[in-house]
Amino acid sequence: MVKMKGKLKDLMTRSGILFSLASMVLALILCAVVIGILGYSPLEAYRAMVKGAFGNSYNISQTIGIAVPLIFSGLSMAIASKVGVFNIGIEGQMLVGSFAAALAGYYIKGLPMFIHLPLSLLCGIMMGGLWALIAAELRNFLHINEVILTIMLNYVAQYVVSYMVNFPFKAEGNVVRTEYVQDSARLAILVPHTRLSSGIFLALIVAIVLAIVLKRTKFGYELRAVGTNPLAAQSAGINQKKYIRLAMFISGALAGLGGAGEVLGYCGYYIPSMTQGYGFDGIAIATMGQNNPIGTVVSAFLFGALRNGAAGMNQSTSIPGELIEVLEALIILFVSTPGIFKYIKKQMKARKAGK
Amino acid sequence: MDFVMNLLAGAIRVTIPIGFAALAGMISERAGVINMGLEGMMLIGAFFSVVGSYITGSPWIGLIFAMVSGAMIGLLMSVFAIGFKCEHMLTGVAANLLASGLTVVLLQMIWNTRGKSEAVNGLGVVSVPVINKIPIIKDLIGTISPLFYILVALMLIVWFVLYHTPIGLRIRVVGDNPFMAGSMGVKVYRIQYACMALSGALAGLGGAYLSIGDINMFSKGMVAGRGYIALSMVILGGWHPVGVVVSGLVYGVAQSLQFRIQSVKIPAQLVQMLPYLVTILVLFFVRSKNKAPAMEGVHYYQKGE
Repeated sequence: MVKMKGKLKDLMTRSGILFSLASMVLALILCAVVIGILGYSPLEAYRAMVKGAFGNSYNISQTIGIAVPLIFSGLSMAIASKVGVFNIGIEGQMLVGSFAAALAGYYIKGLPMFIHLPLSLLCGIMMGGLWALIAAELRNFLHINEVILTIMLNYVAQYVVSYMVNFPFKAEGNVVRTEYVQDSARLAILVPHTRLSSGIFLALIVAIVLAIVLKRTKFGYELRAVGTNPLAAQSAGINQKKYIRLAMFISGALAGLGGAGEVLGYCGYYIPSMTQGYGFDGIAIATMGQNNPIGTVVSAFLFGALRNGAAGMNQSTSIPGELIEVLEALIILFVSTPGIFKYIKKQMKARKAGK
Repeated sequence: MDFVMNLLAGAIRVTIPIGFAALAGMISERAGVINMGLEGMMLIGAFFSVVGSYITGSPWIGLIFAMVSGAMIGLLMSVFAIGFKCEHMLTGVAANLLASGLTVVLLQMIWNTRGKSEAVNGLGVVSVPVINKIPIIKDLIGTISPLFYILVALMLIVWFVLYHTPIGLRIRVVGDNPFMAGSMGVKVYRIQYACMALSGALAGLGGAYLSIGDINMFSKGMVAGRGYIALSMVILGGWHPVGVVVSGLVYGVAQSLQFRIQSVKIPAQLVQMLPYLVTILVLFFVRSKNKAPAMEGVHYYQKGE
């Protein structure tokens, strides 16, 4: 029994779950201190947050619903990180993906659902992937820094899509948005009046497939090799450029799929700023999940809960929902900093030795 | 001619905050630390400069508030990035989130609003005696925010220190090869912490221009991506103090042009895209000979660590 416990502990430590949880707790405690200093009651804040995230079946559905795009953006970030590319352009890739899906969903008519829906999703996937590919190819061939490129492409995407939705593809009426997509392109809403659509299954399947591919295939192995040690990978005859290209395409495709899922599931049309911030959240989510697909899903749910909880807190208390960003920042810092625990351990040991 | 003058005058004003932030990003990268947190540092600087001016009534004290608060963010990032070996990019992402959340929460506490602060005393503009007599120049910078002169002065000081003093040499060596620097007795950590604090102070000044140097109040999220733009300008300017500020001017011209042709019958969105497209195009054609500091983003371990 003791042996088994030890094994379990070992497994958890190795996979980083224990570590991530401990960091989470540390971040929550520190954030409580910050909330206290700012003059609010931490207990009240956390209670409102938990209630907002899990208070009733509606809130729970919303929490899961928000997690869907977050899963996609987290996975998108994770795969790019695996190959050693910092894809800060998820926001833009999501945007073009969602817009492409909205157009395909509305303008293609008369197809049965089992063709139309996948086709619309595919449009989102391709558009997101191609948008990311621009940055990947410019990095590969002209050695232009991908960080600048993806930042600039985010803005370009934002303005191009904003132009399209304001002029050529604007729906009738006062609101700036595209037309409702055909019913044959809609993802089913699982719980009425919430944002929880069948996109959640899509997200989970994609995460599992990605986990298997990364862990169990030659492709996944070589991809990770390029990310962890580019020089060794090169001397082993692995074509770096190819893997950067593929990983960036997949990264963009996942972002595009996430955007498409929002349009075809929750909204039913494209409306500006619908993906606001999801792309940047992906960075935090993937870090928290240690760039592991399954871990990323877990942390996306957590962030979904934080987001939805913050919205609840914003409504029911006088504490601004933006406080959640402070908490997220602390989580990122602690989770991505294994050094802290080593430091604490060392200090404790030193103290013991001193005694 | 008027059009060109207006364009350039506008461009210089757009460049001021970007220039400060680009200088900030450059100095930290020269010491080997990638600073993704420029956006957050600027936001914190913009906020606290308003707080400083609000409390004391003096915008100049506001500037000091901006520098100190920015430097604090820089030091916080350093503790994690240098002390605890966190991925540099991530400390920046965290700093940006922290700043964005904290400023809104504090806005609520101090002014009980979630959007804009009250108007405070601003820095206004200065008119330097000789410069406001020279033709052409007087139209461009005859009356301009004092932060413009501070930026130019700081740019020259940073350039001089970086290339003509022993401290500058040490900073550059730390960025290119901290291990060698360490073995030669350079205090690597001390230099990195100092450069990050300086970086925060500079970015804070850039933020202060946006609030007390321009609209004399703070509004939520007012930095609006300028930190990321500055990060690009660091690369475009080849990690050179003068280079990064001049690159900022390229972006400034494009942005200023964008403001001025919005009246033409082209959809605004397509015009607004211009600065970003120009930046990408410039990257295509202008290939700086300068390389990034060789060891930026690499964690340095002191002996015995």
